[in-house]
Amino acid sequence: MIWVDTILQGILLGGLYALFAAGLSLVFGIMRLVNLAHGDLIVLGAYLILLLVTMTGLSPFLAAAIAIPLMFMLGYGLQKFMLNRVLGDDILPPLLVTFGLSVVLQNALLEGFSADSQRLPAGTLSTASVEVAGINLGVLPLLTFASAVLVIVGLNQLFYRTSLGRAFRATSDDATTASLMGIKPASIFAKATSIAMIIVTIAALYLGMRSNFDPNIGPARLIYAFEAVIIGGLGSLWGTLAGGIIIGVAQTVGAAINPEWQILAGHVAFLIVLLIRPRGLFPRAVD
Amino acid sequence: MTMLALQNVSKSFGALKVTDDVSFDVPEGQALGIIGPNGAGKSTLFNLITGNLSADEGGIHLQGRDVTRAPAMQRCIAGVGRSFQIPQPFTNLTVYENLVVAATFGRQRAEKDVMRQCAVILERTELIGRANQTAGSLSLLERKRLELARAMATHPKLLLLDEIAGGLTEGECHSLVETIKAIHAEGVTIIWIEHVLHALTSVVDRLLVLDFGRVIGIGDPDEIMNSREVKEIYLGIDI
Repeated sequence: MIWVDTILQGILLGGLYALFAAGLSLVFGIMRLVNLAHGDLIVLGAYLILLLVTMTGLSPFLAAAIAIPLMFMLGYGLQKFMLNRVLGDDILPPLLVTFGLSVVLQNALLEGFSADSQRLPAGTLSTASVEVAGINLGVLPLLTFASAVLVIVGLNQLFYRTSLGRAFRATSDDATTASLMGIKPASIFAKATSIAMIIVTIAALYLGMRSNFDPNIGPARLIYAFEAVIIGGLGSLWGTLAGGIIIGVAQTVGAAINPEWQILAGHVAFLIVLLIRPRGLFPRAVD
Repeated sequence: MTMLALQNVSKSFGALKVTDDVSFDVPEGQALGIIGPNGAGKSTLFNLITGNLSADEGGIHLQGRDVTRAPAMQRCIAGVGRSFQIPQPFTNLTVYENLVVAATFGRQRAEKDVMRQCAVILERTELIGRANQTAGSLSLLERKRLELARAMATHPKLLLLDEIAGGLTEGECHSLVETIKAIHAEGVTIIWIEHVLHALTSVVDRLLVLDFGRVIGIGDPDEIMNSREVKEIYLGIDI
């Protein structure tokens, strides 16, 4: 029974990792941009929510609802005024720029909020749990997982049911040809990054309520996000959820064997998947 | 009324001048064929007209409007449609979605307003049976048809066809030519680059010969084909 419990906890933790990864996957899928500042943007989102909570006394959920449009606009500006200028045939300039952004964000947060670790006040939610068939599941992890599934379902609907989604996929396939069909790739990219920042803010909400954060934890979140995306197969949204779950389960199982193995087990699972399926579990049919 | 006018357009890649002082007009509703040996700069000329490349010198006017510096998406919305020599469908989209993307963005319309028209184009280009397959799964002929269909979905006033008959069998070529004739009959201005000359001459009103980036002849297809210069340079026959 203890193993069932461990695996369930791992699956729910995977929801958080899938939230970390979904935004990264979206941006990479559409514009082949690896955003090295993704983790730091999540941390920025967490501090923004914290700031709103502290200033207004709102619950973190309401604060996140206010933070979402702010982060959305930040994403639009970031893409329009910075990232679109460096996107091109060469993959190095965007990597360097996002790496630089990561350093700047970390230092700005350090300057503004000090290195003290912070936490979003989740109140009774942080300890609430429900019992399902003799297993206690935390309400917060369940909410996290449900949000991850909702985000993935929402993105799939957006991609396959809307005109914007079709433009996303067409631009992802071939931006030059898309521009001949009347699509403006630069504006599509800005919309994609804005949407990614909505997901970033949701991820920040759950990260901040679940664990402590400080200005330096961004890069580690980026690694988890990366691993989830790669395990799932580039461009597959459900694959990203599966990737998050695999890392989550590996971590909780590793921790159950020996608490020191938690992080390591996640990375080992990633390497094993790469050995067996170098293109991930659900690679896109045509690349 | 002139649909497209090029005045002294030039384009160089480094020291290589691929388009050299090219000027010509295409009146509305006319079909112009472009021939020339490989490397003559035919596809580059198309890239300059669509806006994939920008001209170093000269001017390009679409229905009297200067589009020399306009980006590709604006020229598409203004009425320039194009098929590629090597088909470039959006491989992860279905055939139908390929058209819907082109129609919604190329014409700036809502999806519900273009659905019927997309279905009609698929019918005409004989792709209706493939509508829900991904474009990546199509055969060469079907991909070429999709190139044409997608260009049509943007509702072009000026349609650029780049070697659309190349690599097809005689029968396939014939049915494609019939489709192009029907499109032309509706008043769409066409510029067509083609090596399959009998297909080309059965549609076009005028022929333009390009060599080393320069226009070396433009006029009646029969006269052009029988001119000494064309035989020498294009067909490689020494007279």
